[in-house]
Amino acid sequence: MKFGVVVFPGSNCDDDMVHVLGTVMGQEVVRLWHKETTLPDFDLGDCVVLPGGFSYGDYLRAGAIARFSPIMEAVIDFANKGGYVFGICNGFQVLCEAGLLPGVLLKNSNQRFICKNVHLKTMTSESAVTSAINPGTVLRIPIAHADGRYFADHETISQLKDNNQILFSYCTPEGDITEAANPNGSLHNIAGICNDKRNVFGMMPHPERASELLLNNLDGKGLFDSFLRTAHSHSV
Amino acid sequence: MAVTPDVAKELGLTADEFQQITHILGRTPNFTEISVFSVMWSEHCSYKNSIVWLKTLPREGDRLLVEAGEENAGLVDIGDGLACAFKIESHNHPSAIEPYQGAATGVGGIHRDIFTMGARPIAALNSLRFGNIDLAHTKHLVRGVVKGIGDYGNCFGVPTVGGEVYFNDCYNQNILVNAMSVGIVKVGETVSATAEGVGNPVFIVGSATGKDGIHGATFASADLTEDSADDLPAVQVGDPFQEKLLLEASLEAIRTGAIVGMQDMGAAGIACSSSEMSAKGGVGMDLHLEKVPTRQANMQAFEIMISESQERMLIVGHKGQEEKLLEVFRKWDLVCEQIGQVTDSGHIRAYYHGELVSDIPADSLVLGGGAPVYQREYKRPAYMKKLEKFSLSQVPQPEDLKEAAHTLLASPNLISRRWVYEQYDSMVRTNSMSTNAPSDAAIVRIKGSDKALAMTVDCNSSYVYADPYVGAMIAVSEAARNIVVSGGEPVAITNCLNFGNPYNPEAYYQFVHAIKGMGDACKKFGTPVTGGNVSFYNQSVFKDRTEPVHPTPTIGMLGILDDITLQTTIGFKKENDQIYMIGTPHNDLNASEYLRQAHGIQNTPPPHFDLDEEWHLQQNVKKLIRMQLIESAHDISEGGMFSALLESAFIHGLGFNIETDGNFRKDAYLFGESQSRIIITIAPDKEDELISQMNAHNISFTRLGEVSGDRVIIDEADFGPLSEWKTVYEDTLSQKLDNQ
Repeated sequence: MKFGVVVFPGSNCDDDMVHVLGTVMGQEVVRLWHKETTLPDFDLGDCVVLPGGFSYGDYLRAGAIARFSPIMEAVIDFANKGGYVFGICNGFQVLCEAGLLPGVLLKNSNQRFICKNVHLKTMTSESAVTSAINPGTVLRIPIAHADGRYFADHETISQLKDNNQILFSYCTPEGDITEAANPNGSLHNIAGICNDKRNVFGMMPHPERASELLLNNLDGKGLFDSFLRTAHSHSV
Repeated sequence: MAVTPDVAKELGLTADEFQQITHILGRTPNFTEISVFSVMWSEHCSYKNSIVWLKTLPREGDRLLVEAGEENAGLVDIGDGLACAFKIESHNHPSAIEPYQGAATGVGGIHRDIFTMGARPIAALNSLRFGNIDLAHTKHLVRGVVKGIGDYGNCFGVPTVGGEVYFNDCYNQNILVNAMSVGIVKVGETVSATAEGVGNPVFIVGSATGKDGIHGATFASADLTEDSADDLPAVQVGDPFQEKLLLEASLEAIRTGAIVGMQDMGAAGIACSSSEMSAKGGVGMDLHLEKVPTRQANMQAFEIMISESQERMLIVGHKGQEEKLLEVFRKWDLVCEQIGQVTDSGHIRAYYHGELVSDIPADSLVLGGGAPVYQREYKRPAYMKKLEKFSLSQVPQPEDLKEAAHTLLASPNLISRRWVYEQYDSMVRTNSMSTNAPSDAAIVRIKGSDKALAMTVDCNSSYVYADPYVGAMIAVSEAARNIVVSGGEPVAITNCLNFGNPYNPEAYYQFVHAIKGMGDACKKFGTPVTGGNVSFYNQSVFKDRTEPVHPTPTIGMLGILDDITLQTTIGFKKENDQIYMIGTPHNDLNASEYLRQAHGIQNTPPPHFDLDEEWHLQQNVKKLIRMQLIESAHDISEGGMFSALLESAFIHGLGFNIETDGNFRKDAYLFGESQSRIIITIAPDKEDELISQMNAHNISFTRLGEVSGDRVIIDEADFGPLSEWKTVYEDTLSQKLDNQ
């Protein structure tokens, strides 16, 4: 399989994602420029990654302009056909704006940018990004965002729960999902979700910043390991 | 408009300077020309009141690829075919007036200085000074500055990996905002800020030019007074998204080979970049100002020349290769407009709709050329005499040591800066090794090598106030100490010299002697000065008097870890690890945070310091780290040994049990800030080896105790659970700043 990392103007975690997927995980990675209109030679087992950053300066609303980039038409088409799409931080915001994932990401409840390690409870292993992680496992992965407060209407939240679409919830180091462990005011401490077809994933925390021993944190690498395991089992 | 000496004076030029300008031009300057001279000859651009002394600083070293002042930033060879460009710069006056934009554009400006050389910024640091934290105005400034730094750096995508924040009444009105950027470039792929080749095209790239920042450099080179708020238009407005595009496009444009030279536009805008590039290349430029894309209609020629609109570059390209450049900037949706060409006139000739509106010899405008150079008078400040009268015997010993410790630790200068640094992205680019494993210096790995950079900003301005010569030596030494205890080798410094009005002989004395101290310490540590910035005219107005801020020569130091595994961290690692202090204790509370907090004593001499002793200590700590004897290392600075022990204990929640030395006052032993001391921990089975090493190298050391449990125990007295101390440490700043 191969990965494509989309580069919007203002993306700034694209290099980090290419580094982790290419150098750390040893996978084939290509960069996808936002002005392109097609995904070159992408098969359904491949994965498009929307990285973190401030696409279009977050002007208007985080992700709102990127959603109209030429590349996004191809990404939406790819997702609708069942291809894997994984959005992190700003990428998650873009996926919500594009309607590929339900809900929106609002300003953090304290109205400030927050960068720190947080704890995430893995809510399910039934997804390509959590298949190698036991449900209930607590991961310590950093967040870095100003607009990460997940919000959706009651009905959407019920659907997310009923369909097991919540991948990660903010929790205490012991795994308790509490108000105090919620860094940004997200509804139900939601940190990451997938769509109902389970091929589009979005999360605010940055697993690519927690995938190397040198940085003293390997908790994020499990997500990429999961992905490779899932993709591998599909291709067999 | 007729230009008279009065007009020149209003723009900050003296009568003599006006005379000189008339002489250079052979005629009376017009308003555009006098505006250009006023910004170019301002202290900010010309260093006219500081350059004589700056030249006494050590500026040579084996690793230096570019000497101080030669390019936009210093350039240091870090091996493996890589070089590091780094520099610190102030944005004090803009931030005092408009904290959010002032701080944001300070960050933007310093990053531009780095990538205009072709280096990619990989880390940012900052050094901030605010007034009394309990004042509503201070809180407003802190919130604005921190948000400004965060919003700009976070969007630009460069991690803020280190910094310092201090509060002192002397900064009540005149805060200090110093921003540092560190970048990496392949040796041989740098771009010079020079113009060459008659007929080569001159481009302006990036944002459109507006009326923001007009006379900004002049504003920065005058006293800050209560009327300064009227100068709001002199403050620039930042757009980090544009800067990110400009970064990527500039680096890509360099790779085309079509660029002759490039300089960012900061202070004095087009006037500065065009004259400095031309003077450097020994050429001139003809500029056509109507071709400059502007943000508003009907801008006047002088406004276009000296606007400090952000996120712009001046590029000289190779004739015939214009299309290569234009293609890159089109790709990034940035405006790239040819506004002129290189000439052999040696003059910057600006035309506006065909009319010659300014004609000035480039060389006459710049530092090292025609810009004036002054020797200023100085005399020893009267207050220094008073400080000498201080004696420790005047200070009563605390009846309750635990209470004294609590009073000390609640100082806004000792508590955690978490409220601040959590608003900065410290991890983007995935190189920050000290986020999850804190060291005294920030450690940033270089991908694709076994190396890491160590970086720190340091200055305790109370020490510099107490004795400018000694205080500046301490600032350099502490920076080096922070790098050494983190496992690095100090390599070079950049400095940000924040002082009062240079025409005030007492303020100038502080400047001169700080430079002397800095120079002596830099020579000792082999860390040349690669560049930096001077910010004079920093002062606060009190009811009855005007006082300069504490002299604050901020040191930004770069170090290298040749082997990434040498990183040494501050956190205690294991129960029963032995705690040692390396260095000599003294009965010394001079200039300590403790004296200020617990006794309200501001004015004392500096703490004990001896440059040779410091150097000896650092050489030996380096050895101990290379022998892999040490589990943790943390230098003793503000708050003394007690504060250092707590900071090491907090990291993994491991407490300590120590004993003080009966030969010293307990308060001085625990809270004193005498220099050249380091706390280390060591595994019990390595203790013998450590002791024999230290004896063999004649290092003074004391065994303090051991890492133990989750409480703080001193001389068998229980100072309470570590968690209690941590709550005060972690939460006090947010309590102060989140309340109105």
